[in-house]
Amino acid sequence: MTIHRPTIDRPMPAGQVGRSVPRLEARQKVTGRADYVHNLVVPRMLYCKVVRSTVPHGRILSIDTSAAEALEGVYRVVTADDIRTVVPNPFYGPAFHDQPVLAVEKVRHVGEPVVAVLAEDPYVAAEAAQLVTVEYEPMEAVFDEIEAMTSTAVVHEVLKPAGTFPDLKHLVGRRDTNIALDYRLRRGDVDAAFAAADHVFAHEFKTQQVMHTPLEPMVSLAEPGEDTLTIHTASQSPSFVRIEIARLLGWPENRVRVKVPHLGGGFGAKLYIKLEALVACLALLVRRPVKWSLTMEEQFYTITKHASTFRIESAVDKEGRVTGRRCEVFWNGGAYADIGPRVTQKSGFTAPGPYDIDNVSIDSYALYTNRPPAGALRGFGIPQLVWAYESHTDLIARGLGLDPVAFRRKNLLRDGRPQATGTPVRDAAIEGVLDDIAARMAWETPFDRGSGPVKRGRGIAVGFKASIAPTTSVAIVNVAADGSANLYLSTVDMGQGSDTAMAQIVAETLTLRTEDVKVVHPDTDVTPYDMATLGSRSTFHAGNAVKLAAEHARDQIAALAASLGLPPGSNYAPADLFKKKYGMQAGNIIGVGTYIPEYKSPAPETGLSDNVTPFWMVGGTGVEIEVDTETGHVRILRMVNACDLGRPLNPKIVETQISGAALMQLGFTMFENMDLDDGQVTNASLADYKIPGMHDVPDQMESVITEAEQKSGPYGAKGVGESATFGVSPAIANAIHDAVGVRLTEMPLTPQAVFRALREAELNSSTTSA
Amino acid sequence: MDASETVKKIRFTLNGRPVSATVESHVDLVDLLRRFDLGGARESCGQGLCGCCTVVVDGVAMSGCLTLAQLVDGKRVDTIEGLDQTGALSPVQQAFIDEGAFQCGFCTPGFVLMTHQLLERNPDPSEPEIRDYLAGNLCRCAAYPEIIRAVKSAASRMRASAAA
Ligand code: FES
Ligand code: FES
Repeated sequence: MTIHRPTIDRPMPAGQVGRSVPRLEARQKVTGRADYVHNLVVPRMLYCKVVRSTVPHGRILSIDTSAAEALEGVYRVVTADDIRTVVPNPFYGPAFHDQPVLAVEKVRHVGEPVVAVLAEDPYVAAEAAQLVTVEYEPMEAVFDEIEAMTSTAVVHEVLKPAGTFPDLKHLVGRRDTNIALDYRLRRGDVDAAFAAADHVFAHEFKTQQVMHTPLEPMVSLAEPGEDTLTIHTASQSPSFVRIEIARLLGWPENRVRVKVPHLGGGFGAKLYIKLEALVACLALLVRRPVKWSLTMEEQFYTITKHASTFRIESAVDKEGRVTGRRCEVFWNGGAYADIGPRVTQKSGFTAPGPYDIDNVSIDSYALYTNRPPAGALRGFGIPQLVWAYESHTDLIARGLGLDPVAFRRKNLLRDGRPQATGTPVRDAAIEGVLDDIAARMAWETPFDRGSGPVKRGRGIAVGFKASIAPTTSVAIVNVAADGSANLYLSTVDMGQGSDTAMAQIVAETLTLRTEDVKVVHPDTDVTPYDMATLGSRSTFHAGNAVKLAAEHARDQIAALAASLGLPPGSNYAPADLFKKKYGMQAGNIIGVGTYIPEYKSPAPETGLSDNVTPFWMVGGTGVEIEVDTETGHVRILRMVNACDLGRPLNPKIVETQISGAALMQLGFTMFENMDLDDGQVTNASLADYKIPGMHDVPDQMESVITEAEQKSGPYGAKGVGESATFGVSPAIANAIHDAVGVRLTEMPLTPQAVFRALREAELNSSTTSA
Repeated sequence: MDASETVKKIRFTLNGRPVSATVESHVDLVDLLRRFDLGGARESCGQGLCGCCTVVVDGVAMSGCLTLAQLVDGKRVDTIEGLDQTGALSPVQQAFIDEGAFQCGFCTPGFVLMTHQLLERNPDPSEPEIRDYLAGNLCRCAAYPEIIRAVKSAASRMRASAAA
């Protein structure tokens, strides 16, 4: 049975923030009328289908488009040479300008777009794409992140950092390497800590490549104007799309208009440039609107989550305090960097975990390989790290014969103490999250371990994440003459409920009803800059901007009242003020808010900074499981997820975010895995790549909002979209160990893997006893 | 298009209204509905595995992505857009809102239609029965716990109004 404790609302004075307002667009969603780019059709539109590379690494020898061009109904077949007539240097990317709009001279992964076919009928476009033949000269390929460190196969001849990030500057022009970024952190004296240690523990953990699979597959539609271009796109980052497309075209920003309606899921897949560059070029080439919709299969070749290897080593003293930690993390970025270098750095610096360790070294490497590209996926690298450090932490506790919760408590980072970078941890309820989980699971009481072939176990894990800093959000609040308000914001509601939460902030500040605030969806002609909807940054960054904008409007309303001779503090309806001032229902008050937190970039040599993030997200998981020792099958009986998200703006939506994030990570933990054969994804469909369904939901599922407040956040809030992913994987691996005494160090934790580990353990024990 | 392609004029009842369309043999039901400006059934997996494209044909929920349009000739086709034709939401739709049983909403029409079908056949389903019945619908936002609650709450509302 799913246990549900009623949601507790904690409303603020105006009764808006802290109330579980149903999503503003709820009615459109249950009636099937919510607008997605998926459904968008415009007059004279052409459909695009791309021809994709069949080899993981190779030089393009020839492209024959004649048969496709001869097919009735084909409008145009386009190659990289055509693209170059629109964009002379057709390479894009948020961190590196390494990704071609269509493959130029060579291909770097199976599934890379090489040729685009346009037709009025999507079936014709698809058929014509089959008729294009491309000849390749295969090149040596590399797929593994460790091999990529030293391999003779080099994915990119020369590194091309975008220049946006100062810490990538030193990479300009580096040749013959697959290391796209080498981030390092050095704190204290690690060698001395290890030399003096009473115990040393060293382990290696691996994660597999997985995909976001948003159910609305990626889609973009570009419409050319006279000297403008409008892009309707299922994107989490409309402001970035505008800037990057303008850069490619050499246009001013204001000639590119990017519009985003509802998104059918994003999870990090729909960030930066995905399909937008190609549809933009195609629309300008043929002077007609062009729509490109991916199939589910094509998504697997577009963006994925980093596979990783993490080598972690700890020095521990005889009291059970961790005194030193070495972390080496290798991120398999695939063929194009996308945001991988940011994952490598921004997540890399939290690799030692939420523990108070004086001596730390971190080396975190972004690697090019010939796999489909990897980017951001709900957690931005943190779930891979927590998987390793919380498995490792559990192994240390076991090695020392200590209770895993007690061992963690002894080593936790407490408020005000410096994290590995040197940034003091504030407003991070690490201990509160751990306590909440332990209390819900009655950790101190005896636990029934089962009997017979089915054994029971439990496990716990806690992780944390820094925000992506420094980033900017701008918001505009427009109060109309009847007192109603519009919010103009480029934050994208992809299901996380940001429209509703942001409207609540406006309503609380202006004393309106949330339902009466209208949120204008991203349209870069109208809505102001917002860095992107990613990394759980919106509640904090956009939320602060929205609050500032609403306060700005509120102050102007007060000033208007004063100018009309009303004494301060008197009670008036804004509508009356407008009427009094303009003689009729007329006019507007426009409030503007811009927010960028303070930030200090880590020093290049040491990776240290005393202000590396404006806030910390904390999440933890506890599970009770059953392992069938005859089949290796693991059943999750109970899962408790607790998060520090500051004060919840909308408790019910927040709880859904917690359980949704945890269930997604459950899929990555237990079964999701992109099977690769020479760079080809052999299970690129929902038939073979299983994602969690109804039956995968644990029997008992609990979401806990840990008591906390982010003082610098809007009404005490901060982000939550990712936090519940952190602890899931290691909590389950720890529980398996607890139940049956075997340790899995590679995800996913399939029945086969558990079974194999059990048999190995049996063999080892029989050989040692023999 | 290949020469064996046939174009056929079909007539069917769409959300209670008689309609007709001329369709090629390869066109599927999702595409057909798009011609009537109905966007609630959406193709996602394209393989009959996710339920985003659910359409009810002669009272039976089907995957629109696997149903050829010509096959609905003479049939009754009901979509998510037909549920609130009176202006009021169905009890299932209302329960989905009250329980917050969706995030991005892309899968929601499929879940709502399947829930209606479940409750028509079984007005008081147990939790395992709910899970079994909805196992063919996927929600990547994983709003499953809320969906289960919404189904239970819709069931009790519908039983209460049937008893009244
Ligand atoms: S799109 Fe038809 S079942 Fe998935
Ligand atoms: S609500 Fe997003 S897929 Fe179900």
